[in-house]
Amino acid sequence: MEERSFEMGIKSMKEKDFRDNETLDLFKRTGGNVLMTSIDAVIDWGRSNSVWPLTFATSCCGIEMMATGASRHDFARFGIEVYRASPRQADVIVVAGTIVNKMAPVLKRLYDQMSEPRYVIAMGACAVSGGPFYYNSYHVVRGVDHVIPVDVYIPGCPPRPEALLYGIMQLQRKIKLETITRPEQTMILGKQ
Amino acid sequence: MDNETLKARILEIAPDAQQEENKQFLTLLLPAARLHDLAIKLKNSPDLAFDFLFCLSGVDYIKQLAVVYHLRSTQHKHALVIKVKTDDRVNPNFDTVCDIWRTAEFHERETYDMFGIRFNNHPDMRRIFLEEDWKGYPLRKDYIDEVNIVEF
Repeated sequence: MEERSFEMGIKSMKEKDFRDNETLDLFKRTGGNVLMTSIDAVIDWGRSNSVWPLTFATSCCGIEMMATGASRHDFARFGIEVYRASPRQADVIVVAGTIVNKMAPVLKRLYDQMSEPRYVIAMGACAVSGGPFYYNSYHVVRGVDHVIPVDVYIPGCPPRPEALLYGIMQLQRKIKLETITRPEQTMILGKQ
Repeated sequence: MDNETLKARILEIAPDAQQEENKQFLTLLLPAARLHDLAIKLKNSPDLAFDFLFCLSGVDYIKQLAVVYHLRSTQHKHALVIKVKTDDRVNPNFDTVCDIWRTAEFHERETYDMFGIRFNNHPDMRRIFLEEDWKGYPLRKDYIDEVNIVEF
C-alpha cells in the first residue's frame, strides 16, 4: 500500500479536454459570430485564469467554499488567488448561501458596485432555486436570479468542493468564449 | 446538586410546579403569574445560583403558547428548564426577565417577532429580525402566507 498512496501529483487538464464541453459546444453552434482573433485568445486566457472573487458567503455553502479554498482542494491553482474585499476590484461573486428578502437589496447593491466584466456563480441549491426553503419559507428568495443575472449554476446542498471547482472551470470556459472585437455580439447568450 | 435534590429544593419555593418527565434537563412547568418572583429567587439563592440563561424561546402548542427558559448555574454546574404557558392566543403576555438576566432582551424580542408573545416591562419591545411593518407571526402553527408558503 505504501507505493501507491500519496503519489498524487497535480495533473493539469489538457487544453483539448478543457475545450471539449458539450454545453459550450451548444453555445458555439447556436451563438453568433465565431471568428475570434488571436488577441482574443490571449486576453481571454489571461482573464479566465485569474478570476478574483468578492468575499461573499451567507450560510453553509460558504463553509464549503472555504473548504474548497483550503489546502486539500485548492482553488488557488485555478487562478482564484485572492479574495477581494472591495466589489470594485472583484471579478466574480460566488453567491454561496441562502438569500433572504432582507439580504436581497444588499446583494443587488454589491453586484451593481462591481465593475465590468463581472460574473456571477450561484452556488448551492438555495442560490439556484431557493433549495430546501422553496416550499415553506416566508422570507427566502427563491433563487438568486430573481435579483442578479447568473452565469453558472452549481447544484448541490452543499455542492462538494469538486463540484464547485467544476463550476469554476465552466466559468473559465465561458470567459474563453468572449471576443473583444464585437462585444455587443459575444457568443454568450443573454449577456448584454 | 442532582436532579432530585434540585427538584425538592425548587418545590420548596414553588409548590405548584409540575415536572415534565423524560427530558434531558429537569423540566418544570411554573405558573405564569409568579414567574418573575421565582426567577429572582432562582438566581439569588446561594445554593441554586442560576446565573446563566442560555436559551429563551417560544413554543406553540396548538391550544396554548409557551415560553421555555433554559437556566444553568456556573457555580454549581446544574441546569434547569422552566416552562410557562398561557391559553390566550390573541394577546399572550408574560413578565420579562430582562432585569434578572440581561440576555433575555434580545431573546424576548425574537419571541415577540416570531410568536407575538409580549413581555411586560420590556425596555424595547419591537421586532428584531423581520421588518417593522410585517404582519403576522411566522412561527405560529396557524400562520398563513398565500404567496410564499405552498400548502399541499
